[in-house]
Amino acid sequence: MSKRNWGILAAVVLVATFGWLLYGGLNKNVVFFLTPKELLAKGADGYDMPVRLGGMVKPGSVKWDEKTMHLQFEVSDDSGTVAVHEVGAPPQMFQPGMGVVVEGKFGRDNVFQATNLMVKHSNEYHPPKPGEKPEEMYKTLIKGSTP
Amino acid sequence: MTGLLAHDALLVAMVAVLFGAIIGTLGIRGHRADWVQIAFGAVYANFALVTVATLAMIYALVTHDFSVSYVAQVGSRETPLFYTVISLWGALEGSILFWAWVLGAYSAAVVWFNRKRSGNLVPWAAVTLMFVALFFGILLAGPANPFHAVFPVPPDGPGPNPLLQNHILMAVHPPLLYLGYVGMSVPFAFAMGAMLSGEVMSDDWIRITRPWLLVSWGFLSAAIIAGMWWSYEVLGWGGYWAWDPVENASFLPWLTATAFLHSAMVQERRGMLRLWNLNLMVGTFVLTILGTFLTRSGILSSVHAFTTGTIGYYFLVFIAIVLVVGLMMVAGNSDRLRTTGRFESAASRETVFLLNNLFLTAFMFTVLIGTLFPLVAEALRGLKVTVGEPFFDKMTMPFVVSLLFLVGVGPALPWGIATRQQLKAKLLPPIGAAVVMAAVALVSGARNVYAVLAFAFVGYSAFANVREYWIGMKARHAAHGEDWFTALRRLVGGNRRRYGGYVAHLGVLIVALGIAASQSFRSEREATLKPGETLTVSGHTARLKEVWGRQEPQRAVIGATMEVLDHGKVVATADPRMNFYPTQSAPVPTPQVISSISGDLYFNLMAFDQNGSHATVKLIVQPLVPWIWFGGGVVVLGAIIGVFPRRRRRTAPAAVRQPVPPVILPIPREGEA
Repeated sequence: MSKRNWGILAAVVLVATFGWLLYGGLNKNVVFFLTPKELLAKGADGYDMPVRLGGMVKPGSVKWDEKTMHLQFEVSDDSGTVAVHEVGAPPQMFQPGMGVVVEGKFGRDNVFQATNLMVKHSNEYHPPKPGEKPEEMYKTLIKGSTP
Repeated sequence: MTGLLAHDALLVAMVAVLFGAIIGTLGIRGHRADWVQIAFGAVYANFALVTVATLAMIYALVTHDFSVSYVAQVGSRETPLFYTVISLWGALEGSILFWAWVLGAYSAAVVWFNRKRSGNLVPWAAVTLMFVALFFGILLAGPANPFHAVFPVPPDGPGPNPLLQNHILMAVHPPLLYLGYVGMSVPFAFAMGAMLSGEVMSDDWIRITRPWLLVSWGFLSAAIIAGMWWSYEVLGWGGYWAWDPVENASFLPWLTATAFLHSAMVQERRGMLRLWNLNLMVGTFVLTILGTFLTRSGILSSVHAFTTGTIGYYFLVFIAIVLVVGLMMVAGNSDRLRTTGRFESAASRETVFLLNNLFLTAFMFTVLIGTLFPLVAEALRGLKVTVGEPFFDKMTMPFVVSLLFLVGVGPALPWGIATRQQLKAKLLPPIGAAVVMAAVALVSGARNVYAVLAFAFVGYSAFANVREYWIGMKARHAAHGEDWFTALRRLVGGNRRRYGGYVAHLGVLIVALGIAASQSFRSEREATLKPGETLTVSGHTARLKEVWGRQEPQRAVIGATMEVLDHGKVVATADPRMNFYPTQSAPVPTPQVISSISGDLYFNLMAFDQNGSHATVKLIVQPLVPWIWFGGGVVVLGAIIGVFPRRRRRTAPAAVRQPVPPVILPIPREGEA
């Protein structure tokens, strides 16, 4: 084989190896974005894989232990409910009935262990809806007091 | 009225660049120098007209002219003047307008400085730039028109996105990014010019665009660092990089442009890699447009994505055109491209540059594929997926540590062929520094193999880097009896290109050290505290003093005052806050950072009680984070030093305004004074 052909062969092998590594890396690290219904539909396949679970915080399901920082609640959509457990304080805006996205894994005990809790669209520009009064949350603190 | 005038100016500008591109092409083909001059005139006219439109937009914003659609969208009477002005780039349409203005400015400047150069390179580059301007003109005329008339005129607007008016860095990051992104159009236009004019075998296009590329690269580097800093100071998660698609979008062209900065030297010195360099520049430009597409088309949900509309299709079509035309041109010219030099030895600087390009390109493809995969998966299979951070961390680390090592090796080797003695003298001493750094990392508790390697190679390359200055300074000191500072100043000033590169290298190493340390040794805790209670994270104790609230004109602020204690005494205070904007349903977290040279204490208010009886606060201790920002500054300093070729004596008559090609200096021999 000529020098040129050796070069081409080396390049092909290099690119193929690189592509194969990338493919393997992607397969292992893809995070699926699912609703509770879709997660439950996966059955046993849904366990222990990284998932972003999006849905509504079910009213009446929130349990928050201030001392141990354990937060429990349920995320639901129209036809499914998943229990979620997280260690950490709920965000200020967190309240029953709102949309959330939790990141984590669905355990074999059927509890979703969340590593990250995001109030849906918190990054987006989002004017208050009619009837929504964010100032209710803080107005008692404002009495001309300064730091 | 203002809106109508400005919109007309944009339409005329669009016609001007279309006309200029056509008459320029005909003029070059028909050897009509006067037509080419008219085409140059169109470049200036476009700049003037887009400037008028941009000023009109600023005027409309400042005077709260809500009859202009963009002002009605982002303006508000309560917003402070400063944030009103910078909301020019706070949303989609305004940012496209600003983009077109920056492109117009670059184009006018590059044509002006090169207008007397003979040959067809500059005219073809001008035609290419006008085609790019035409694309942005079409966007502004159609899907991104900021000057729609609004009727009835609303009395007030919602104001800019609170997240973007919450921190001063938001005034800095976008213009830096645009100056970096758009600046890449200039080297691209000259690469196209070289191919269109058949001048690919002269390296003129590389020499002319070198300062422009370096300026853009400096701006892009600064923009990336400013974006990291903003995310760190504002978003409240205590990190600065999450492999978010919008971050990747700014990073991708930086990788290829950095590769080009190195491979262009191989072309100039050794006459190799001509074909590769043309590809790199076309690729860099495509990546800037792809980045704009990702951040501006609404395809991603993030702080950067404003709207969903048809604008994405325009970008896709443009990217396809540039890719097809660019690659066809490269293929068409490939038989004309000859390599005039050849590799003489594996132990040479060009080998290291080749590896550098290989790693940077593979790095770029890794990030690109990770970024685009979710979009492709959703488009083809309807799956909603994201690619997790572990993918990027694991897959890119081999490239990162290899590149850190090469930073120390490349400058130490000569072009052509290195002797055994040279290799020994240059490559062995820094190993001591590498061992020391690896040991420090291991003792401090770093266990990740890439982290330890990163520390070791930063030590290796920083030692090699500083040694280069030291050798030069010592020689000057001995030969001329200069004091050390003068010796350093003259050393760097005497070969700015070379030492500019070294300074940028040093900056990259400082950034890498900051990232490696803050990622390896980060510790955090959050706790719900009553006033007087304390929180301790790895030896740092903070006490909650009080929870307070305050009404400001455009927002309400709730804060928690935290006192940092040292042996029971208060040594510093921090006020992490939440800002409530009337136009935003969720509060904007406003963490506060106490920085010192050894690292940061990062406070974030997570939640508070309405009566101020308790607050949940997160404290993150991160070593060496300020080094990242400082190192970014050093990188930019390196670019600034490198942009200006050696200062010329003032004997040249002032009337001669010929462009000065960068002076190519011979590499100073070892110990040369």
